[in-house]
Amino acid sequence: MEKIGLIVNPIAGIGGKAGFKGSDGEEIYREAILRGAVKESGQKALLAVRALKAAGAQPTILTCPGEMGARVCEAAGLAYTVIEVPGAEVTCPVTDMPETEAGETALTDAGCTTAADTVYAARTFLRMGAALILFAGGDGTARDMLDAVGEAVPVLGIPAGCKIHSGVYALNPRRAGELAAGYLQGKVRKTKEAEVMDIDEEEFRRGRVQSRLYGYLRIPDGRGMVQNKKSGSRYSEQGAIERLADYLADTWDEESLYIVGGGSTTAAVMRRMNLANTLLGVDLVYKGQVAAADCTEQEILETMDRYPFAGVKILVTVIGGQGCIFGRGNQQISARVIRRAGRENIIVAASPDKLLSFLGSSLSVDTGDEEVNRYLSGYMRVLTGYGEYTVMKVSD
Amino acid sequence: MEKTFVHPYMPNSVPEVKQELLDELGVGSVREIYESIIPQELLYKERLDLPEPIRSEYELKKHVSGILNRNVSTEEYTSFLGAGCYKHQIPAVCDEINTRGEFLTAYCGDTYSDHGKMQAIFEYTSMMGELLDADVVSYTTYDAGQSVCSAFRMAVRLQETAGKERSVILVPDTMNPDIYSQAVSYCRNVSEIVKVRHLPETGLMDMEELEALLKNGNAAAVFYENPSYLGFFETQAESIADLTHQYGAVCIAQPQVSALGIMESPMNLGADIVCGDIQPLGMHMQYGGGQAGFIASHQKLEYMEQFPTYMYGIAKTDKADTYGWGRAMNYRCSHGSREKANEYFGTETGLWGITAGVYLASMGPRGMYELGETIMQNLKYLEMRLGEIEGVKANPFGRSNFQEVLVDFSGTGKSVADINKALLEYGIFGGKDVSREFPWLGQCGLYCVSELTSRGEMDALLNALRKITGEREV
Amino acid sequence: MGYVKKNRDFHQARWDEPFIMEMGNPGERGVLVPQASDEVKKVSGEVSELIPAGLKRKKAPKLPELSQMQVLRHYMRLSQETIGTDINIDIGLGTCTMKYSPKIHEQFVRMEKFQELHPYQDESTVQGILEIMYKDEQYLKAISGMDKVSLQPSGGSQAIFANVQTIRAYFEERGEAEKRDEIITTILSHPANPGTASTLGYKVITLYPDENGLPDIEALKAAVSERTAALMITNPEDTGIYNDRIRQFVDIVHEAGGLCVYDQANLNGVFGLTRAKDAGFDMCHYNLHKSFSSPHGCQGPGAGAQCVSEKLAKYVAAPTVEYDGEKYYLDGDRPKSIGKLRMFYGVPSVLIRAYAYIRTLGADGMKQIAELSILNNNYLIKKLLEIKGLSMPFAEGRFRMEQARLSWQELTEETGVTTDDICRRIVDYGFQDYFTSHHPRVLPEPFTPEPVETYSKDDMDEYAAAFAAIAKEAYSEPELVKGAPYKAALGARIEEECLTEWGKFATTWRAYKKL
Repeated sequence: MEKIGLIVNPIAGIGGKAGFKGSDGEEIYREAILRGAVKESGQKALLAVRALKAAGAQPTILTCPGEMGARVCEAAGLAYTVIEVPGAEVTCPVTDMPETEAGETALTDAGCTTAADTVYAARTFLRMGAALILFAGGDGTARDMLDAVGEAVPVLGIPAGCKIHSGVYALNPRRAGELAAGYLQGKVRKTKEAEVMDIDEEEFRRGRVQSRLYGYLRIPDGRGMVQNKKSGSRYSEQGAIERLADYLADTWDEESLYIVGGGSTTAAVMRRMNLANTLLGVDLVYKGQVAAADCTEQEILETMDRYPFAGVKILVTVIGGQGCIFGRGNQQISARVIRRAGRENIIVAASPDKLLSFLGSSLSVDTGDEEVNRYLSGYMRVLTGYGEYTVMKVSD
Repeated sequence: MEKTFVHPYMPNSVPEVKQELLDELGVGSVREIYESIIPQELLYKERLDLPEPIRSEYELKKHVSGILNRNVSTEEYTSFLGAGCYKHQIPAVCDEINTRGEFLTAYCGDTYSDHGKMQAIFEYTSMMGELLDADVVSYTTYDAGQSVCSAFRMAVRLQETAGKERSVILVPDTMNPDIYSQAVSYCRNVSEIVKVRHLPETGLMDMEELEALLKNGNAAAVFYENPSYLGFFETQAESIADLTHQYGAVCIAQPQVSALGIMESPMNLGADIVCGDIQPLGMHMQYGGGQAGFIASHQKLEYMEQFPTYMYGIAKTDKADTYGWGRAMNYRCSHGSREKANEYFGTETGLWGITAGVYLASMGPRGMYELGETIMQNLKYLEMRLGEIEGVKANPFGRSNFQEVLVDFSGTGKSVADINKALLEYGIFGGKDVSREFPWLGQCGLYCVSELTSRGEMDALLNALRKITGEREV
Repeated sequence: MGYVKKNRDFHQARWDEPFIMEMGNPGERGVLVPQASDEVKKVSGEVSELIPAGLKRKKAPKLPELSQMQVLRHYMRLSQETIGTDINIDIGLGTCTMKYSPKIHEQFVRMEKFQELHPYQDESTVQGILEIMYKDEQYLKAISGMDKVSLQPSGGSQAIFANVQTIRAYFEERGEAEKRDEIITTILSHPANPGTASTLGYKVITLYPDENGLPDIEALKAAVSERTAALMITNPEDTGIYNDRIRQFVDIVHEAGGLCVYDQANLNGVFGLTRAKDAGFDMCHYNLHKSFSSPHGCQGPGAGAQCVSEKLAKYVAAPTVEYDGEKYYLDGDRPKSIGKLRMFYGVPSVLIRAYAYIRTLGADGMKQIAELSILNNNYLIKKLLEIKGLSMPFAEGRFRMEQARLSWQELTEETGVTTDDICRRIVDYGFQDYFTSHHPRVLPEPFTPEPVETYSKDDMDEYAAAFAAIAKEAYSEPELVKGAPYKAALGARIEEECLTEWGKFATTWRAYKKL
């Protein structure tokens, strides 16, 4: 029998109802409770678990004590196995606190459990052989999952947080349950990479609210085999990315310096070129070699100075729900770098699926330099396949 | 002055009904609708320059049959024409099935609603699989030309996928000239099509030149027809395949389907991709509209990935002993294949696929054998007797032929065109004039017989030719 | 007012017919084959002596051995398990123009005087069919306003392909073929446009719709350059929204030196109201089997036509049919032509039907088709949009042409029932499943109905009622819809992986047996 992990972040979303931007931090939590907020993530998880049950899936459910999962299973009338989570108090909800400078997750003085519990539980489920981990929460919880398991096991988010910028969540709790059931029953077989986005804390401390790409989780891909009844066109998102990677590889200019931004699409291009790649960083490629990996802005500028390149090209993809091509996961490709390379040397590559989610709106840039943002705005070509392009509006 | 009337094909042309629809939408006229969305300057203000309508079915029938009756069909004259389109016996069951409204008017319904259509098409591919000894058979394409073109591009993609820069396709210089020019045009941005010389004595492919060309290392595929466009069997089929493989190219063959009851399938002689036309399997000639192509291969993943058309796959169901079918578009596994250029396809020839299935089910192995047998015997008779006419040289290459044979009239001092013109007076369509396509052959006609050609018809041809060429009547 | 049957107690024929390879017995025969006469045999000898030894078939093909009645019955049963336009209200296959195909036409294409014509017969013996083809060319010129037509294409896609070949020939002659290597199209145009362009090695730039559902004109301005070879565009696109700035689109591309090609797949709502020429196009094509009513034959044979303006006339696919005042003839002697697209001369059966169709309707009748298909469509949309969970994105309140792209997104979000589920469920109500959208799906959970002029008000009311009933089911009993169909010819659910997984996939019975 298939095993599935279930983690509920009990306080996810609580801040939203009370008018906060998130629920991170105990103060917000206490304040929210004072304002009369009700914990809803458990309810949402319950909807998902009920849908899972209704769809006929009968997995072994591994879950955490109390509000972190056990109560939800109880309410749904499903059998479950509870793991022990050291330090987790049944009565004390888990919070996903911002990381401290040291990168450690701090325990609050009230002794409540923390993001560390999510991480611990997820890793335990992985070790126990869970085929899928369902988790209820928001962007913070998604980051915890990223820390915990990365792409080692497929996961799926039940949307329950205030901030959902990450692509790892199902459309609604019921769809999460159904998709999970489909995956466990073998009806859904494919998985895909999905973005984990969250507020950029560095920027946040500087007083700017800006989201950032933290990495990718693997989620079940519920879209069926796409077949076209009438015409010969065939289509899959992965196929489109492979073909655009093929095209870039076939048309690669050996004499130019390529500044390759982060993201899974550009990573596919690097894979196709047989080059090592920094998923969330900027790599430089020259003459078929990685000239520098995971560069800072300074390193990019220095490299640009050092060689007499025939040309400089910037390769980026579209990141996040705002369709950002600069400023989310590639901040190192700064306004100065862009100015020096020139707009005409920017290659934007993305799958049609990704672009279609911006239908009727536009892509965006956020380089931190208004002048460069304006310089980049207007219409820009985006490579979507083998020699296939579209033209998208870019706003500053 | 516009003349509109209640039309039998348009139920809502009844003014009262039309008014009801307009009322529902709250508009005064349809004009109001389209003028709200089509700009004035784009509206066509005149009346289309078309003839006035023929109002009744009877009048239409008189009119259209009146025009079509000006044709002279191969039921009235005896035809010795082939060259890609063949007259054969068509079992009445074939016509009965392909005129059934359900099949005739269905389109792209799927697994559950068009179960019967899906089964019929899968049965067609399955029976073609038996005839060709091939495990993979695609949905039908437009015609043999399209199948050959696609097979060429499949070969180029196969090489690309294997990381090889090979784009030349080697073809016999006796190949069907129509298909050759179609292929040159269709493949021009991905490959170069190079003709391999034939041996002057036999007409067969010059194996030495083939090897020399293969040695260049840029050949993606070698193509041959069996029998050739000019009618003779390509007896070197197996050696061509061996040589092709030795130099890392793909072997593509186009067999004549009506020969496959007696002739070995190219699949068993080393060919990798087999393609051609199914028109002989139950389709009326329809002035060239009965063509439909097929592509087949072995059950190899790398080949299946390259098919440019639908594939109909069989699927088990949750009920024992019950199968369903579905279209698996271009079977591709996760790693996908590289492709620099796609191929397109659209509405092809489904009805002819179903019809070919009915034909093969009716003929069975015995019928297909007898078909080949009668054709070969008739052709041999014609060839022997033609040779008796002074100045006429039948089968100049002296090969063993199927269904078609070259007849050289150079010795009569007359052109094929003159002879064909004269034959019309005798109610005979002479063989296809190939003197323009293959000037090196001289004044040759390509004569075709079928299982329907009677001895009397052949003798009538012989007599007519004797008269036309000036020989005494026997 | 006619009687509208709602919620028929429908059940499709379900014969559970065995596979033909497993039927019959050795020795049975479905048809006998003419044999060579004894005199012939005497001269020619045995077939085993005639066929070269190395080519003799070693094992007879394992074809079924069945008697005639059994063959007929098998296929009759399979035909009953197929839903053709003749037996259902085929409104769902939007973009396919599933109109009534007049039965009188079938009598014409079955005449011996047509069926038994060989394409290489002397022209003097095929004057009838050539006259029909020639006149078709003239009518198609009148409808589009173009100057030259070729009837060579085997279907709409091949006609589009011919137009792309013409684009290339035109720029080759001008010495610009190397430079002009980009073709612009839109995501809501038929995929054959980018498909054929990329077949010939063009780069393809696809425009997405703006917030009004029409291709973004600003994006077009940004896309054109001295590298633009052509714009290939449908109007209306699959959304049914008429692009009222089409003239500007054409002008922008012309200014950049490119050609403009009009995909007339969605012609049914346009007949006689506006022409390709009026919007400034250089080329267009017809899907003759759609717009001019040939039965679709389980996907073919269809036929297409390529139409071009004067300056491109010399490039069209050869041969064309010409008339010298006395006789009709095939003109294959066209040195600048893009050449042949298919064997022989197009698909004449479809050309005969198109001829008969145009002659039946005349100018006013053709226009009436457009008017009624527009009227029908907007009526049906109104009925359908009363259904909970179904919406029509883009350009609210604006009339559509002959079809519309609707979306079940709301219903899916609220019930989990998807358009693919509804597509299967509709079969239980006695309708063919419907066309959702090309891929990638621009709109979520799409549904694209096209109630052409041959459907009555009662037909549309019945059709809308069925969807209303399914939507109700989705809200009250979603599992019912998801488990559909129950009354279709196939009474079991297939294992999808048989179509997607290597090792389980077979295209022939013999391959399946080996798995």
